[in-house]
Amino acid sequence: MADAKVIPFDDDRPRSGAATPRPARRRSLPGGGRRRNGEGAVSPLPGAQAASGEPQGAAGPREAAGPRDVGEPPAPDVPSGAEARADAAGGGDWERRIAGGLAFLRRRLTGEYEVDEFGYDEELTDQVLMSLLRPLYEKYFRVEVKGIENIPSEGGALVVANHSGVLPLDGLMMQVAVHDNHPAGRHLRLLAADLVFMLPVVNELARKAGHTLACAEDAERLLQRGEVVGVMPEGFKGIGKPFGERYKLQRFGRGGFVSTALRAGAPIVPCSIVGAEEIYPMIGNVKTLARVLGIPYFPVTPTFPWLGPLGALPLPTKWTIQFGEPIPTDGFPLEAAEDPMLMFNLTDQVREQIQHTLYKLLVQRRSVFF
Amino acid sequence: MLVTGVARQLGGRFVRRVQRDPGVERVIGVDAVPPPHRLGTAEFVRADIRQPAIGRVLAEYEVDTVVHLDVTGTPLGSGGRTAVKETNVIGTMQLLGACQKSPTVSRLVVKSSTNVYGSAPRDPAVFLETTPAKALPSGGFAKDAVEVEGYVRGFARRRPDVAVCVLRFANILGPAADSPLAEYLSLPVLPTVFGYDPRLQFVHEDDVVEVLRIASHEPRRGTLNSGTFNVAGDGVLTLSQCSRRLGRPTVAVPMPAVTWIGTALRTVGVTDFSPEQIRLLMHGRVVSTAQMRETLGFEPKYTTVETFADFARSRGPGLLPPEAVAGVVDRIAARQLPLPGGGSRAKTTPSAG
Repeated sequence: MADAKVIPFDDDRPRSGAATPRPARRRSLPGGGRRRNGEGAVSPLPGAQAASGEPQGAAGPREAAGPRDVGEPPAPDVPSGAEARADAAGGGDWERRIAGGLAFLRRRLTGEYEVDEFGYDEELTDQVLMSLLRPLYEKYFRVEVKGIENIPSEGGALVVANHSGVLPLDGLMMQVAVHDNHPAGRHLRLLAADLVFMLPVVNELARKAGHTLACAEDAERLLQRGEVVGVMPEGFKGIGKPFGERYKLQRFGRGGFVSTALRAGAPIVPCSIVGAEEIYPMIGNVKTLARVLGIPYFPVTPTFPWLGPLGALPLPTKWTIQFGEPIPTDGFPLEAAEDPMLMFNLTDQVREQIQHTLYKLLVQRRSVFF
Repeated sequence: MLVTGVARQLGGRFVRRVQRDPGVERVIGVDAVPPPHRLGTAEFVRADIRQPAIGRVLAEYEVDTVVHLDVTGTPLGSGGRTAVKETNVIGTMQLLGACQKSPTVSRLVVKSSTNVYGSAPRDPAVFLETTPAKALPSGGFAKDAVEVEGYVRGFARRRPDVAVCVLRFANILGPAADSPLAEYLSLPVLPTVFGYDPRLQFVHEDDVVEVLRIASHEPRRGTLNSGTFNVAGDGVLTLSQCSRRLGRPTVAVPMPAVTWIGTALRTVGVTDFSPEQIRLLMHGRVVSTAQMRETLGFEPKYTTVETFADFARSRGPGLLPPEAVAGVVDRIAARQLPLPGGGSRAKTTPSAG
């Protein structure tokens, strides 16, 4: 779409490294990544830090020149990008990165960081979790983002997307897409199924990445705080549908997301994700096993149970994430959120728009993998 | 004014504070055991609220305000869980029965706990006063609190002329706090549930006393002090942050083993590691305090973080004091970066600030 040029620094073009701050943060990954420190973790950590300092520094410039370090949220110091690049050439850069990394490590180890009431740990998300997902986003799925400007720069908004791909990688990629591309550096707060919050480790990471339970209370609270909330109303029906039904939107729950957006007066941004359907072509579903394990479905793909863990590797499809025109909801009277007819109509409108965009993107797509 | 549970730190502090307030003629402290601390000018009446004798105390002193603080999770001195449960539930029933008969009582304040919400993965992230619990607490203090609140609601229905205020406190911390969570956080090594990092909220003892005062007097202009209110400090700390700020290392224990360790710790008598507390340590709990601010008109002096800092100071450094950890990192920083000049240009590390 033509609107890609509206973005001041777009995702693909100015690859040369407009913002070097990112590597400085990424640098802190090897040490800072291990948050769950016991007592023993402290002494080995700095050692690893010191040891890895040199090679990391050497690897730095390569990273800086690497793809998309663009939509870094603060983004105010665009001129410093050039300055930082000069420094990188000069070699003083990696020292700063080490300093930044150590400062980060110090804060993490002493617990001097903040989380919000949903457990969202912004610092950890920006510096560790996003860096872990970014290779998948950039190199593996080569996500192309369109229409990011449809997400407002301030105030609440509800991003409604299609859901697919057996594992909810599409939600995570959407989060990286908003985080890395939005000019105002907005953070997408995803609403996740309750299964996520039952699983150990997963629930911890999800909370820290800013996800919360998909319920009206949480969604409304986030929207009223002016956050961008991401929701995939198809839920398990969408993510666990067989390969033959790919890109066919399932029922949108009960449309609760519309009334939530209406009550908060937040615009609805429809989002279409192409590419996630093919990462795990689900050709079967072992329902009995799923029931035994207490999960909604047990996927069978051409590779999955057969090749063991190797079969769990997603196919490297090429993704496109398109954010559509926002649908305003603030024009409705207060009691409209209680009107089921209106809710169904709005839900259908959102659904139709996503479905149409999906078809359009599919027609434009050259191949599944390129 | 009649205050129950004065043999505890909190009750004692509240009694000492409230008797200085204008409009408070006389404070009567009630508990089953004599308090180890002074109660100032307040009169102590040794009475067990589980016995009907409490009704005579109410009538004899013509009590107009009852502050019921004897709803706690930890036993006082000896006495096990059964005694605590009896005091919580039977004591509340007796006290409310006595209040119902008393013509003079016009105000009732009950200390409850945010435990009534339980902790479950299917709960919303933030509890409002109106949020129903997804999984009702199956036992322990949380169940007591739910039952106490049930009786209080019944009482409020039968005596609509009495102003009833239920205060649901988040985990109370402070230099002298004796809540189960304070006991847990005082362990040298904190056992945590593997793969879970709960969000916790704290409220400072000083704020507890303050909000009890607000609730037990006539409401100030523009505020209303009957109803149910969550009371908690602003902000949230995760358990991992708590352990790091305390300098106490954690041991992550996989889920089924946690129950065994809990039982073991309880047998040894170190701390009460009840199933509900394990659930709290898995899923955490955060409450909204909007009602407390807007309706009750109370602004806590301490945020959750400040409350915790005060608690950490009182408990002394753990095995891994955060200052020492920070010092190690700083020394490495000094070795790695001989010239501090990097800092002056360090625009690229906004995170350092």
